[in-house]
Amino acid sequence: MTEVFFTGNRAAAEAAKLVRTQVVAAYPITPQTSAVEYISQFINNGELKANMIRVESEHSALSAVVGASIVGARTFTASSSQGLQLMSEGLYFASGMRLPLVMAIANRTLSMPVNIWADHQDSMVNRDSGWMQIYCANAQEVFDNILQAYKIAEEVLMPAMVCYDGFIVSHVAERMEIIDQEQTDMFLPEPDLTKRPLMDPKNPLQFGEVVYPDWYPDYEYKKHKALLDSPKAIMDVGREYGELFGRSYGMVENYKTDDAEIVFMGLGSLTSTTQWVVNDLRDCGSKVGLSKIRVFRPFPDKEIVEACKNAKVIAVIDRDIGYGTSGMLFPDVTRALYPLASRPKCLNFIIGLGGKDITPETIKNIHETCEKALEGKEVETVNWPDARKYD
Amino acid sequence: MGKTKIKDLTDEEYLHHGSLACAGCGALLAFRHALKALGPNTITINSTGCMAVIMQMGVPKVPHFHVLFENGPAVMSGVEQALDIMGKRGDTNLLVVVGDGGTADIGMGSLSGAVERGHDFIYLCYDNESYMNTGGQRSGTTPFGAATTTTPVGSVVKGETRPMEMRKDVPEIMIAHGAPYVATASIGYPLDLIDKVKKAATVRGPSYVHVFASCPAGWRSDAKDSVKLAKLAVQTGLIVLFEHENGERTFQHLPKKRKPLREYLELQGRFKHLLDDEDATRELEDYVEGKFKAIEG
Repeated sequence: MTEVFFTGNRAAAEAAKLVRTQVVAAYPITPQTSAVEYISQFINNGELKANMIRVESEHSALSAVVGASIVGARTFTASSSQGLQLMSEGLYFASGMRLPLVMAIANRTLSMPVNIWADHQDSMVNRDSGWMQIYCANAQEVFDNILQAYKIAEEVLMPAMVCYDGFIVSHVAERMEIIDQEQTDMFLPEPDLTKRPLMDPKNPLQFGEVVYPDWYPDYEYKKHKALLDSPKAIMDVGREYGELFGRSYGMVENYKTDDAEIVFMGLGSLTSTTQWVVNDLRDCGSKVGLSKIRVFRPFPDKEIVEACKNAKVIAVIDRDIGYGTSGMLFPDVTRALYPLASRPKCLNFIIGLGGKDITPETIKNIHETCEKALEGKEVETVNWPDARKYD
Repeated sequence: MGKTKIKDLTDEEYLHHGSLACAGCGALLAFRHALKALGPNTITINSTGCMAVIMQMGVPKVPHFHVLFENGPAVMSGVEQALDIMGKRGDTNLLVVVGDGGTADIGMGSLSGAVERGHDFIYLCYDNESYMNTGGQRSGTTPFGAATTTTPVGSVVKGETRPMEMRKDVPEIMIAHGAPYVATASIGYPLDLIDKVKKAATVRGPSYVHVFASCPAGWRSDAKDSVKLAKLAVQTGLIVLFEHENGERTFQHLPKKRKPLREYLELQGRFKHLLDDEDATRELEDYVEGKFKAIEG
């Protein structure tokens, strides 16, 4: 274990090196780029024995790691924003092939207007592509989650995205700990290639073929079931990681939610700001808590219900927007809570789009609206506290 | 490398019988011949297109991956680099087989990238001059005058209007990339095609083989004429067979005396409307004339 001062992108690159990635394919896009630059340097320094494919597009980046994985290699790629959108077709292709790919996403919004800063629009619109989605609040979590993502993906045979906020996490250096090669090898042995079919002339098999309507639902159900069952692997790996290296992980990190009347929920770095505000509000006597969602796909229904058991108002904070409806975290939370006999009031707050700074004041503003709802006053369901109003 | 003779051909087939191909499918012949040239130690990738559909339900006897429409070369880049780093490449041939739409149009970027990076693989394009899997729409290689479902014969506009000179000439694009081996072939000349695929396999780096492959369904021709048409295309000079390596170009089956274009056109429903249109047929004749002037100096 070594203490280092790394950015999120550097942490991602270090993790990809430690897992002994064999093939990396990536295309430059802000704010992901430096992750891939670090890996290029590792390879050219001889620190990582891997082939780097400097592809001509993100579509080809994902396609190339699919090709590498289907002959048995451990792979890495990373992207952001428009790049992830260009990969979108390939996301379904990869999950349908049940390949254990791991991809780092330095979250950035989608054009237009042009904007290179953080929100979760890019990964959220791909939430139903069959990839697991793990969100990180800081560089330490980026490192820990990428290491774990390989173990989880290779266990459940579904791909995983590890998402962290562009610039806020990708480019800010923080004090963190990394594990060494020996520890990584112990935690993550070489992939077990007997677990899945591979392209091999000695055992010719056919991949990617047509399935007719009668059988198609069965394949779809199996993909769905693989993600539904994956929390066991996610929890086991998170526990084992904690036992070995001192930081345990679950689906959701519930903070002071046991007796909370108001529970904030969110993904990524905004949860750190929110946690700070929760402490502040607790000092002032407000019964508030935070449900920091680490794994968004598969969705942690059980943990969300647990976090809300005594809550009267839930503030679902979305750093994304489903135009014409609500944020994209919101409907999953309300769906999870709907079967409860006594449901809390669920409010949605759209903040921090395109990198708009999420300050403690932003969260306190959300809290004020929740207090109103708690007092039984009429409030909007979907709120935009940090946008100007044009009504 | 010696020329392959019919008696040298293996009796072994690497595609099972009973595929979903139409009767007279030229593309299937191209793939069948290519696999006879390469043998069983071959990993194949089909981008989406007729071939991917024809191959389903276990037709290939070699590893086969049907990928997306535009990403065959990118997927193969990953296969090649993975086998290399894992020390598993050995003598395995890597063959990507894609139609003209997946090559000249939607997959151009992926092909260009993989060739520019120098991956060691063979790319075979079966060119039937339109999007046949979706029912025969115009592609970047559709010839002047041809009727397709998106360039139909109307009362005002009749067939494809883009001049022959502006068709997307993928072999020339590959030569411009510096690909170490580029060849054109026709299913009408199977031994020449087999020799070219064999040569492509011996070359280190990317090889590109562009195979002219007839399509009775899309060309509205008789299935029995598929091979005849693939020969006539060469004999009339519309298609020129060549190899390009080390900066040198050599020609194969170059006709000394070209057959009249009409013999090729009149066997195909897609050109029927041209037969009485002197201006249109002259456009095609001028194209062939110009091409042969350049070849013969």
